[in-house]
Amino acid sequence: MILNMGPQHPSTHGVLRLLLEIDGETVVKCVPDIGYLHTGIEKTCEAKFYQQVVPLTDRIDYLCPMTNNLTYCLAVEKLLQLEIPPRAQYLRVLLNELTRINSHLVWLGTHALDIGAMTVFLYCFREREEVLKIFENVAGQRMMTSYFRIGGVSLDPPLDFWAKVKKFIDKFSDCIDEYEGLLTANPIWIERTRGVAYISADDCIALGVTGPSARGSGVDWDLRRDMPYSGYEKFQFKVPVSNDGDVYARYLLRVQELRESNKIARQALEGMPEGPFKADSPKVILPDREKMKTQMEALIYHFKIVTEGFAVPAGEVYQAVESPRGEMGYYVRSDGTAKPYRVHMRSACFANLQALEKLCVGRLLADVVAAIGSIDIVLGEIDR
Amino acid sequence: MALQPAITELDQLKDKPAVAALQAASLVDSAKFDRDELTIYVNRADIRRACEILRDSPTTKFNFLSDVTCVDVFPSEPRFEVIYNLLSHSRKERVSLIAKVPGGDPSIESLIGVWPSANFFEREVFDLFGVRFVGHPNLRRIMMPEDWEGHPLRKDYPVEGYR
Repeated sequence: MILNMGPQHPSTHGVLRLLLEIDGETVVKCVPDIGYLHTGIEKTCEAKFYQQVVPLTDRIDYLCPMTNNLTYCLAVEKLLQLEIPPRAQYLRVLLNELTRINSHLVWLGTHALDIGAMTVFLYCFREREEVLKIFENVAGQRMMTSYFRIGGVSLDPPLDFWAKVKKFIDKFSDCIDEYEGLLTANPIWIERTRGVAYISADDCIALGVTGPSARGSGVDWDLRRDMPYSGYEKFQFKVPVSNDGDVYARYLLRVQELRESNKIARQALEGMPEGPFKADSPKVILPDREKMKTQMEALIYHFKIVTEGFAVPAGEVYQAVESPRGEMGYYVRSDGTAKPYRVHMRSACFANLQALEKLCVGRLLADVVAAIGSIDIVLGEIDR
Repeated sequence: MALQPAITELDQLKDKPAVAALQAASLVDSAKFDRDELTIYVNRADIRRACEILRDSPTTKFNFLSDVTCVDVFPSEPRFEVIYNLLSHSRKERVSLIAKVPGGDPSIESLIGVWPSANFFEREVFDLFGVRFVGHPNLRRIMMPEDWEGHPLRKDYPVEGYR
Protein backbone atom coordinates (compact mmCIF):
# COMPACT_ATOMS: atom_id res chain seq x y z
CA MET A 1 0.00 0.00 0.00
CA ILE A 2 1.19 3.52 -0.75
CA LEU A 3 0.74 5.94 2.12
CA ASN A 4 1.04 9.68 1.72
CA MET A 5 2.58 11.34 4.78
CA GLY A 6 2.53 15.13 4.72
CA PRO A 7 2.98 17.79 3.42
CA GLN A 8 0.98 18.93 6.43
CA HIS A 9 1.91 16.54 9.18
CA PRO A 10 2.88 17.62 12.68
CA SER A 11 5.97 15.45 12.86
CA THR A 12 7.58 16.42 9.56
CA HIS A 13 8.69 19.79 11.00
CA GLY A 14 7.58 21.80 8.04
CA VAL A 15 6.17 20.87 4.69
CA LEU A 16 7.84 17.59 3.87
CA ARG A 17 5.89 15.01 1.93
CA LEU A 18 6.85 11.37 2.19
CA LEU A 19 5.57 8.69 -0.13
CA LEU A 20 5.69 5.54 1.94
CA GLU A 21 5.20 2.13 0.44
CA ILE A 22 4.19 -0.14 3.29
CA ASP A 23 3.66 -3.83 3.69
CA GLY A 24 1.46 -4.19 6.75
CA GLU A 25 3.29 -2.00 9.26
CA THR A 26 6.71 -2.32 7.63
CA VAL A 27 8.11 0.39 5.40
CA VAL A 28 9.28 -0.99 2.05
CA LYS A 29 10.12 2.25 0.31
CA CYS A 30 10.28 5.87 1.37
CA VAL A 31 10.51 8.69 -1.17
CA PRO A 32 10.80 12.24 0.13
CA ASP A 33 9.09 14.91 -1.95
CA ILE A 34 10.38 18.41 -1.28
CA GLY A 35 10.15 21.86 -2.81
CA TYR A 36 7.01 23.17 -1.13
CA LEU A 37 8.95 26.02 0.44
CA HIS A 38 11.15 26.83 -2.55
CA THR A 39 11.35 30.62 -2.76
CA GLY A 40 14.30 31.04 -5.10
CA ILE A 41 16.56 32.74 -2.56
CA GLU A 42 19.64 31.91 -4.66
CA LYS A 43 18.11 33.75 -7.62
CA THR A 44 17.10 36.70 -5.45
CA CYS A 45 20.67 37.01 -4.14
CA GLU A 46 21.92 37.69 -7.65
CA ALA A 47 19.78 40.84 -7.82
CA LYS A 48 20.95 42.31 -4.49
CA PHE A 49 24.05 44.11 -3.31
CA TYR A 50 26.42 42.02 -1.23
CA GLN A 51 25.30 43.58 2.06
CA GLN A 52 21.63 43.15 1.15
CA VAL A 53 22.02 39.38 0.98
CA VAL A 54 22.64 39.10 4.74
CA PRO A 55 18.94 39.38 5.73
CA LEU A 56 18.05 36.81 3.08
CA THR A 57 20.36 34.25 4.67
CA ASP A 58 18.37 34.41 7.93
CA ARG A 59 15.25 33.32 6.16
CA ILE A 60 16.52 30.01 4.93
CA ASP A 61 16.69 28.52 8.40
CA TYR A 62 14.57 29.99 11.17
CA LEU A 63 16.44 28.08 13.87
CA CYS A 64 19.98 29.16 13.11
CA PRO A 65 19.97 32.64 11.55
CA MET A 66 23.36 33.53 13.05
CA THR A 67 25.04 30.49 11.52
CA ASN A 68 23.83 31.40 8.07
CA ASN A 69 24.82 35.05 8.55
CA LEU A 70 28.25 33.91 9.62
CA THR A 71 28.79 31.57 6.68
CA TYR A 72 27.81 34.16 4.13
CA CYS A 73 29.87 36.90 5.78
CA LEU A 74 32.91 34.63 6.01
CA ALA A 75 32.58 33.76 2.33
CA VAL A 76 32.43 37.40 1.23
CA GLU A 77 35.22 38.33 3.64
CA LYS A 78 37.32 35.62 2.04
CA LEU A 79 36.61 37.11 -1.37
CA LEU A 80 37.62 40.54 -0.08
CA GLN A 81 40.48 39.12 2.05
CA LEU A 82 39.26 41.19 4.99
CA GLU A 83 40.76 40.72 8.41
CA ILE A 84 38.22 40.55 11.21
CA PRO A 85 39.15 42.00 14.62
CA PRO A 86 39.25 39.51 17.51
CA ARG A 87 36.32 41.03 19.38
CA ALA A 88 34.03 40.49 16.40
CA GLN A 89 35.29 36.93 16.02
CA TYR A 90 34.61 36.13 19.67
CA LEU A 91 31.18 37.73 19.51
CA ARG A 92 30.38 35.66 16.46
CA VAL A 93 31.51 32.48 18.18
CA LEU A 94 29.50 33.32 21.30
CA LEU A 95 26.34 34.01 19.33
CA ASN A 96 26.83 30.97 17.14
CA GLU A 97 27.03 28.70 20.13
CA LEU A 98 23.90 30.29 21.59
CA THR A 99 22.28 29.67 18.22
CA ARG A 100 23.33 26.04 18.40
CA ILE A 101 21.80 25.80 21.87
CA ASN A 102 18.60 27.40 20.56
CA SER A 103 18.44 25.04 17.60
CA HIS A 104 19.17 21.90 19.61
CA LEU A 105 16.58 22.91 22.21
CA VAL A 106 13.87 23.22 19.59
CA TRP A 107 15.01 19.93 18.11
CA LEU A 108 14.97 18.16 21.47
CA GLY A 109 11.57 19.56 22.41
CA THR A 110 9.82 18.73 19.15
CA HIS A 111 11.56 15.38 18.74
CA ALA A 112 10.43 14.32 22.20
CA LEU A 113 6.96 15.67 21.49
CA ASP A 114 6.75 13.56 18.33
CA ILE A 115 7.58 10.46 20.29
CA GLY A 116 5.14 11.37 23.04
CA ALA A 117 7.14 13.06 25.80
CA MET A 118 5.24 16.29 26.21
CA THR A 119 7.03 17.66 29.29
CA VAL A 120 10.43 17.99 27.62
CA PHE A 121 8.95 20.37 25.06
CA LEU A 122 7.83 22.78 27.78
CA TYR A 123 11.20 22.63 29.54
CA CYS A 124 13.16 23.22 26.32
CA PHE A 125 11.07 26.15 25.21
CA ARG A 126 11.50 27.74 28.64
CA GLU A 127 15.27 27.99 28.03
CA ARG A 128 14.88 28.76 24.37
CA GLU A 129 12.86 31.81 25.29
CA GLU A 130 15.83 33.09 27.28
CA VAL A 131 18.16 32.64 24.31
CA LEU A 132 15.70 34.52 22.12
CA LYS A 133 15.58 37.31 24.69
CA ILE A 134 19.37 37.53 24.49
CA PHE A 135 19.10 37.75 20.70
CA GLU A 136 16.49 40.47 21.01
CA ASN A 137 18.74 42.32 23.41
CA VAL A 138 21.74 42.25 21.10
CA ALA A 139 20.15 42.43 17.64
CA GLY A 140 16.70 43.89 18.21
CA GLN A 141 15.07 40.80 16.73
CA ARG A 142 14.21 37.46 18.23
CA MET A 143 14.51 35.22 15.22
CA MET A 144 15.59 36.93 12.00
CA THR A 145 18.51 38.64 13.67
CA SER A 146 20.66 39.79 10.69
CA TYR A 147 23.17 40.93 13.27
CA PHE A 148 26.37 40.07 11.45
CA ARG A 149 27.78 42.35 8.79
CA ILE A 150 30.40 41.79 6.16
CA GLY A 151 33.49 42.82 8.13
CA GLY A 152 32.20 42.34 11.66
CA VAL A 153 28.93 42.82 13.49
CA SER A 154 26.45 45.67 13.22
CA LEU A 155 26.86 47.20 16.69
CA ASP A 156 28.66 46.61 19.94
CA PRO A 157 26.27 44.74 22.26
CA PRO A 158 24.38 46.80 24.87
CA LEU A 159 25.92 47.02 28.34
CA ASP A 160 23.49 44.64 30.04
CA PHE A 161 24.09 41.95 27.40
CA TRP A 162 27.09 40.41 29.15
CA ALA A 163 25.33 39.92 32.47
CA LYS A 164 22.33 38.34 30.74
CA VAL A 165 24.50 35.87 28.83
CA LYS A 166 26.45 35.02 31.98
CA LYS A 167 23.27 34.37 33.92
CA PHE A 168 22.02 32.06 31.18
CA ILE A 169 25.29 30.15 30.81
CA ASP A 170 25.61 29.68 34.56
CA LYS A 171 22.26 28.02 34.98
CA PHE A 172 21.99 26.20 31.63
CA SER A 173 24.10 23.25 32.67
CA ASP A 174 21.55 22.37 35.37
CA CYS A 175 18.76 22.65 32.81
CA ILE A 176 20.45 20.03 30.62
CA ASP A 177 20.49 17.74 33.65
CA GLU A 178 16.74 18.24 33.88
CA TYR A 179 16.17 17.21 30.26
CA GLU A 180 18.39 14.21 30.71
CA GLY A 181 16.55 13.31 33.90
CA LEU A 182 13.34 13.18 31.88
CA LEU A 183 14.63 11.16 28.95
CA THR A 184 18.00 9.44 29.20
CA ALA A 185 16.92 6.60 31.49
CA ASN A 186 13.23 6.74 30.59
CA PRO A 187 12.20 3.18 29.56
CA ILE A 188 9.56 4.37 27.07
CA TRP A 189 12.05 6.72 25.44
CA ILE A 190 14.70 4.01 25.22
CA GLU A 191 12.20 1.55 23.79
CA ARG A 192 11.20 4.00 21.06
CA THR A 193 14.72 5.10 20.14
CA ARG A 194 17.40 2.51 20.87
CA GLY A 195 18.31 0.41 17.84
CA VAL A 196 15.84 2.39 15.71
CA ALA A 197 16.82 3.89 12.33
CA TYR A 198 20.39 2.62 12.24
CA ILE A 199 22.89 4.01 9.73
CA SER A 200 26.56 3.10 9.41
CA ALA A 201 29.51 5.48 9.11
CA ASP A 202 30.23 4.38 5.54
CA ASP A 203 26.64 5.03 4.52
CA CYS A 204 26.82 8.45 6.13
CA ILE A 205 29.86 9.39 4.04
CA ALA A 206 28.41 7.89 0.87
CA LEU A 207 25.08 9.70 1.32
CA GLY A 208 26.62 13.05 2.27
CA VAL A 209 25.37 13.07 5.86
CA THR A 210 27.18 15.57 8.10
CA GLY A 211 26.91 17.03 11.55
CA PRO A 212 25.50 15.31 14.64
CA SER A 213 23.70 12.76 12.49
CA ALA A 214 27.02 11.55 11.08
CA ARG A 215 28.87 11.77 14.39
CA GLY A 216 26.19 9.59 15.92
CA SER A 217 27.37 6.88 13.53
CA GLY A 218 31.07 7.27 14.26
CA VAL A 219 32.19 9.80 11.64
CA ASP A 220 34.68 11.79 13.71
CA TRP A 221 34.41 15.08 11.85
CA ASP A 222 33.58 18.54 13.10
CA LEU A 223 34.47 21.57 11.01
CA ARG A 224 34.91 23.68 14.14
CA ARG A 225 37.79 21.48 15.22
CA ASP A 226 39.10 20.14 11.91
CA MET A 227 38.92 23.18 9.66
CA PRO A 228 38.54 26.04 12.13
CA TYR A 229 37.02 29.36 11.08
CA SER A 230 36.27 32.60 12.91
CA GLY A 231 38.82 31.84 15.63
CA TYR A 232 37.46 28.45 16.75
CA GLU A 233 41.04 27.18 17.03
CA LYS A 234 41.40 29.25 20.22
CA PHE A 235 38.66 27.37 22.07
CA GLN A 236 38.89 24.15 24.02
CA PHE A 237 36.04 21.74 23.44
CA LYS A 238 35.37 18.07 22.88
CA VAL A 239 33.64 16.63 19.84
CA PRO A 240 31.32 13.88 21.05
CA VAL A 241 31.21 10.82 18.79
CA SER A 242 29.16 7.68 19.16
CA ASN A 243 29.34 4.42 17.24
CA ASP A 244 25.79 3.22 17.82
CA GLY A 245 24.22 4.99 14.84
CA ASP A 246 20.64 4.85 16.14
CA VAL A 247 18.14 7.49 17.23
CA TYR A 248 19.17 7.15 20.86
CA ALA A 249 22.83 7.75 19.99
CA ARG A 250 21.95 10.88 18.06
CA TYR A 251 19.87 12.08 21.00
CA LEU A 252 22.69 11.54 23.52
CA LEU A 253 25.15 13.18 21.17
CA ARG A 254 23.13 16.34 20.72
CA VAL A 255 22.65 16.63 24.46
CA GLN A 256 26.41 16.39 24.91
CA GLU A 257 26.80 19.03 22.22
CA LEU A 258 24.57 21.32 24.26
CA ARG A 259 27.04 20.99 27.14
CA GLU A 260 30.03 21.62 24.85
CA SER A 261 28.33 24.65 23.29
CA ASN A 262 27.72 26.03 26.73
CA LYS A 263 31.41 25.57 27.50
CA ILE A 264 32.49 27.35 24.31
CA ALA A 265 30.06 30.18 25.01
CA ARG A 266 31.53 30.57 28.50
CA GLN A 267 35.08 30.69 27.10
CA ALA A 268 34.03 33.28 24.53
CA LEU A 269 32.33 35.37 27.18
CA GLU A 270 35.22 35.23 29.63
CA GLY A 271 37.91 35.77 27.03
CA MET A 272 36.08 38.51 25.14
CA PRO A 273 38.80 40.89 23.91
CA GLU A 274 38.40 44.64 23.90
CA GLY A 275 38.71 46.58 20.67
CA PRO A 276 36.76 47.35 17.54
CA PHE A 277 33.80 45.17 16.55
CA LYS A 278 34.23 45.68 12.83
CA ALA A 279 37.14 45.68 10.43
CA ASP A 280 38.90 48.83 9.37
CA SER A 281 37.84 49.04 5.75
CA PRO A 282 35.86 52.21 5.05
CA LYS A 283 34.96 51.22 1.50
CA VAL A 284 33.14 48.11 2.67
CA ILE A 285 31.85 48.85 6.16
CA LEU A 286 29.41 51.61 7.01
CA PRO A 287 30.97 54.34 9.17
CA ASP A 288 29.83 55.03 12.74
CA ARG A 289 26.80 57.24 12.98
CA GLU A 290 28.76 59.87 14.89
CA LYS A 291 31.52 60.02 12.26
CA MET A 292 29.00 60.16 9.47
CA LYS A 293 27.46 63.30 10.93
CA THR A 294 30.73 65.09 11.56
CA GLN A 295 33.12 64.03 8.80
CA MET A 296 32.68 64.67 5.10
CA GLU A 297 34.74 61.62 4.12
CA ALA A 298 32.62 59.25 6.20
CA LEU A 299 29.42 60.72 4.78
CA ILE A 300 30.64 60.11 1.23
CA TYR A 301 31.54 56.50 1.99
CA HIS A 302 28.18 55.97 3.66
CA PHE A 303 26.35 57.38 0.66
CA LYS A 304 28.35 55.30 -1.79
CA ILE A 305 27.97 52.01 0.08
CA VAL A 306 24.23 52.47 0.55
CA THR A 307 23.47 53.59 -3.00
CA GLU A 308 25.91 51.61 -5.13
CA GLY A 309 27.23 48.90 -2.82
CA PHE A 310 30.89 47.96 -2.89
CA ALA A 311 32.75 46.11 -5.61
CA VAL A 312 34.18 42.72 -4.68
CA PRO A 313 37.24 41.50 -6.62
CA ALA A 314 36.41 38.74 -9.09
CA GLY A 315 36.82 35.20 -7.88
CA GLU A 316 35.01 32.30 -6.28
CA VAL A 317 35.06 30.80 -2.81
CA TYR A 318 33.39 27.99 -0.93
CA GLN A 319 33.10 28.56 2.79
CA ALA A 320 31.68 25.92 5.11
CA VAL A 321 30.86 26.08 8.79
CA GLU A 322 29.52 23.55 11.26
CA SER A 323 25.88 24.48 11.64
CA PRO A 324 23.71 22.72 14.26
CA ARG A 325 22.71 20.33 11.50
CA GLY A 326 25.99 19.72 9.72
CA GLU A 327 28.07 21.29 7.02
CA MET A 328 26.51 24.58 5.94
CA GLY A 329 28.42 25.88 2.94
CA TYR A 330 28.17 29.01 0.84
CA TYR A 331 29.59 29.13 -2.64
CA VAL A 332 29.92 32.75 -3.74
CA ARG A 333 31.21 33.88 -7.10
CA SER A 334 31.99 37.48 -7.86
CA ASP A 335 32.48 39.04 -11.28
CA GLY A 336 33.97 42.23 -9.86
CA THR A 337 30.73 44.17 -9.48
CA ALA A 338 28.69 45.12 -6.41
CA LYS A 339 26.25 42.23 -6.81
CA PRO A 340 27.15 38.56 -6.40
CA TYR A 341 27.22 36.66 -9.69
CA ARG A 342 26.10 33.49 -7.99
CA VAL A 343 25.34 32.48 -4.43
CA HIS A 344 24.79 28.82 -3.71
CA MET A 345 23.91 27.41 -0.33
CA ARG A 346 25.04 23.91 0.42
CA SER A 347 22.40 22.91 2.90
CA ALA A 348 23.16 20.27 5.51
CA CYS A 349 19.53 19.14 5.77
CA PHE A 350 19.24 18.76 2.01
CA ALA A 351 22.04 16.19 2.01
CA ASN A 352 20.98 14.58 5.28
CA LEU A 353 17.48 14.00 3.95
CA GLN A 354 18.92 11.57 1.40
CA ALA A 355 19.67 9.21 4.25
CA LEU A 356 16.01 9.06 5.31
CA GLU A 357 15.21 6.14 3.04
CA LYS A 358 18.13 4.18 4.49
CA LEU A 359 16.88 4.95 8.00
CA CYS A 360 13.25 3.97 7.42
CA VAL A 361 13.26 0.98 5.10
CA GLY A 362 12.56 -2.27 6.93
CA ARG A 363 11.40 -0.46 10.06
CA LEU A 364 7.89 0.02 11.39
CA LEU A 365 5.74 2.90 10.25
CA ALA A 366 5.80 4.42 13.74
CA ASP A 367 9.60 4.59 13.59
CA VAL A 368 9.47 6.95 10.60
CA VAL A 369 8.48 9.73 12.98
CA ALA A 370 11.48 8.99 15.20
CA ALA A 371 13.79 8.79 12.17
CA ILE A 372 12.69 12.15 10.75
CA GLY A 373 13.13 13.77 14.14
CA SER A 374 16.56 12.29 14.66
CA ILE A 375 18.13 13.81 11.54
CA ASP A 376 16.84 17.24 12.59
CA ILE A 377 15.65 18.73 9.32
CA VAL A 378 14.42 22.25 8.65
CA LEU A 379 12.46 22.44 5.45
CA GLY A 380 13.18 26.08 4.78
CA GLU A 381 16.84 25.21 4.49
CA ILE A 382 16.18 22.21 2.25
CA ASP A 383 14.03 24.08 -0.24
CA ARG A 384 15.62 27.52 -0.01
CA MET B 1 45.28 42.18 3.86
CA ALA B 2 46.18 42.83 0.28
CA LEU B 3 44.69 40.54 -2.30
CA GLN B 4 47.25 37.97 -3.48
CA PRO B 5 47.11 37.21 -7.20
CA ALA B 6 45.86 33.74 -8.07
CA ILE B 7 48.46 31.12 -8.99
CA THR B 8 47.50 29.61 -12.32
CA GLU B 9 50.81 28.09 -13.51
CA LEU B 10 50.52 24.31 -13.40
CA ASP B 11 54.25 24.03 -12.64
CA GLN B 12 53.81 25.92 -9.38
CA LEU B 13 50.86 23.76 -8.35
CA LYS B 14 52.61 20.41 -8.82
CA ASP B 15 53.17 20.05 -5.06
CA LYS B 16 49.39 19.86 -4.55
CA PRO B 17 48.54 16.15 -4.36
CA ALA B 18 45.23 16.61 -6.19
CA VAL B 19 46.92 18.33 -9.14
CA ALA B 20 49.71 15.76 -9.23
CA ALA B 21 47.32 12.80 -9.11
CA LEU B 22 45.18 14.15 -11.95
CA GLN B 23 48.18 15.22 -13.98
CA ALA B 24 49.55 11.67 -13.84
CA ALA B 25 46.41 10.63 -15.72
CA SER B 26 46.65 13.82 -17.84
CA LEU B 27 43.16 14.98 -16.88
CA VAL B 28 44.00 18.55 -15.87
CA ASP B 29 42.86 21.26 -18.26
CA SER B 30 44.05 24.07 -16.02
CA ALA B 31 44.13 24.88 -12.34
CA LYS B 32 44.21 27.84 -10.03
CA PHE B 33 45.05 28.47 -6.41
CA ASP B 34 43.15 31.53 -5.29
CA ARG B 35 42.35 32.74 -1.74
CA ASP B 36 43.64 29.48 -0.27
CA GLU B 37 41.34 27.39 -2.44
CA LEU B 38 42.43 24.96 -5.11
CA THR B 39 40.29 24.71 -8.22
CA ILE B 40 40.98 22.27 -11.04
CA TYR B 41 39.32 22.49 -14.43
CA VAL B 42 38.71 19.15 -16.12
CA ASN B 43 37.14 18.13 -19.38
CA ARG B 44 33.49 17.21 -18.96
CA ALA B 45 34.08 13.74 -20.46
CA ASP B 46 36.68 12.99 -17.77
CA ILE B 47 34.74 14.10 -14.69
CA ARG B 48 33.87 10.65 -13.44
CA ARG B 49 37.40 9.32 -13.89
CA ALA B 50 38.87 12.38 -12.21
CA CYS B 51 36.58 11.92 -9.21
CA GLU B 52 37.41 8.23 -8.95
CA ILE B 53 41.12 8.99 -9.01
CA LEU B 54 40.79 11.68 -6.34
CA ARG B 55 38.66 9.40 -4.17
CA ASP B 56 40.84 6.29 -4.45
CA SER B 57 44.39 7.62 -4.75
CA PRO B 58 46.26 7.23 -1.42
CA THR B 59 47.83 10.68 -1.80
CA THR B 60 44.52 12.52 -2.16
CA LYS B 61 41.78 10.50 -0.35
CA PHE B 62 38.93 12.86 -1.15
CA ASN B 63 36.32 10.59 0.37
CA PHE B 64 33.40 13.02 0.68
CA LEU B 65 31.38 14.91 -1.91
CA SER B 66 30.43 18.17 -0.21
CA ASP B 67 28.53 19.90 -2.90
CA VAL B 68 27.55 20.00 -6.54
CA THR B 69 26.45 23.25 -8.04
CA CYS B 70 26.49 25.14 -11.31
CA VAL B 71 27.10 28.61 -12.64
CA ASP B 72 25.58 29.99 -15.82
CA VAL B 73 28.00 32.33 -17.61
CA PHE B 74 25.48 33.31 -20.29
CA PRO B 75 26.01 34.64 -22.96
CA SER B 76 29.58 33.31 -23.26
CA GLU B 77 30.29 29.72 -24.25
CA PRO B 78 30.71 27.06 -22.90
CA ARG B 79 27.74 28.28 -21.00
CA PHE B 80 27.61 26.19 -17.82
CA GLU B 81 30.25 25.43 -15.25
CA VAL B 82 29.38 22.47 -13.07
CA ILE B 83 31.29 22.69 -9.80
CA TYR B 84 32.07 19.73 -7.57
CA ASN B 85 33.39 20.37 -4.10
CA LEU B 86 35.31 17.44 -2.63
CA LEU B 87 36.49 17.06 0.93
CA SER B 88 39.08 14.76 2.43
CA HIS B 89 38.34 13.86 6.04
CA SER B 90 41.76 12.37 6.70
CA ARG B 91 43.79 15.15 5.06
CA LYS B 92 41.46 18.00 6.08
CA GLU B 93 41.54 19.54 2.65
CA ARG B 94 39.10 20.66 0.01
CA VAL B 95 39.33 20.83 -3.76
CA SER B 96 36.89 22.11 -6.37
CA LEU B 97 36.55 20.47 -9.75
CA ILE B 98 34.98 22.49 -12.52
CA ALA B 99 33.71 21.00 -15.76
CA LYS B 100 32.53 23.33 -18.51
CA VAL B 101 29.38 22.26 -20.30
CA PRO B 102 28.23 23.85 -23.58
CA GLY B 103 24.79 25.46 -23.77
CA GLY B 104 23.89 23.57 -26.95
CA ASP B 105 24.21 20.16 -25.33
CA PRO B 106 24.06 20.64 -21.57
CA SER B 107 24.91 17.17 -20.35
CA ILE B 108 27.57 15.58 -18.19
CA GLU B 109 28.11 12.15 -16.69
CA SER B 110 26.43 11.51 -13.36
CA LEU B 111 28.56 10.87 -10.28
CA ILE B 112 25.96 8.78 -8.57
CA GLY B 113 28.08 5.65 -9.01
CA VAL B 114 31.02 7.30 -7.26
CA TRP B 115 29.10 9.01 -4.44
CA PRO B 116 25.40 8.19 -3.97
CA SER B 117 25.05 11.62 -2.32
CA ALA B 118 25.25 13.18 -5.79
CA ASN B 119 21.62 12.12 -6.24
CA PHE B 120 19.83 15.20 -4.80
CA PHE B 121 22.58 17.64 -5.76
CA GLU B 122 22.42 16.63 -9.42
CA ARG B 123 18.64 16.73 -9.43
CA GLU B 124 18.82 20.26 -8.07
CA VAL B 125 21.25 21.37 -10.79
CA PHE B 126 19.09 19.70 -13.43
CA ASP B 127 15.97 21.39 -12.09
CA LEU B 128 17.37 24.90 -11.77
CA PHE B 129 19.85 24.96 -14.68
CA GLY B 130 18.71 22.28 -17.07
CA VAL B 131 22.02 20.42 -17.13
CA ARG B 132 21.31 16.74 -17.78
CA PHE B 133 23.27 14.14 -15.83
CA VAL B 134 23.74 11.07 -18.00
CA GLY B 135 23.29 7.88 -16.01
CA HIS B 136 21.24 9.42 -13.21
CA PRO B 137 18.45 6.93 -12.44
CA ASN B 138 15.86 9.46 -11.28
CA LEU B 139 16.50 12.78 -12.98
CA ARG B 140 13.28 14.60 -12.09
CA ARG B 141 12.63 18.13 -10.90
CA ILE B 142 13.17 18.48 -7.18
CA MET B 143 12.42 22.10 -6.22
CA MET B 144 10.03 23.29 -8.90
CA PRO B 145 6.69 21.66 -9.77
CA GLU B 146 6.90 18.78 -12.25
CA ASP B 147 5.17 20.74 -15.02
CA TRP B 148 7.27 23.89 -14.65
CA GLU B 149 8.69 25.39 -17.82
CA GLY B 150 12.22 26.74 -17.94
CA HIS B 151 15.10 26.61 -15.51
CA PRO B 152 14.99 29.49 -13.00
CA LEU B 153 18.67 29.93 -12.16
CA ARG B 154 19.69 30.46 -15.77
CA LYS B 155 20.79 34.03 -16.37
CA ASP B 156 18.29 34.57 -19.19
CA TYR B 157 15.41 33.72 -16.83
CA PRO B 158 14.00 36.90 -15.25
CA VAL B 159 14.23 37.27 -11.48
CA GLU B 160 10.52 37.93 -11.16
CA GLY B 161 9.68 34.99 -13.45
CA TYR B 162 7.53 35.03 -16.56
CA ARG B 163 4.12 36.55 -15.91
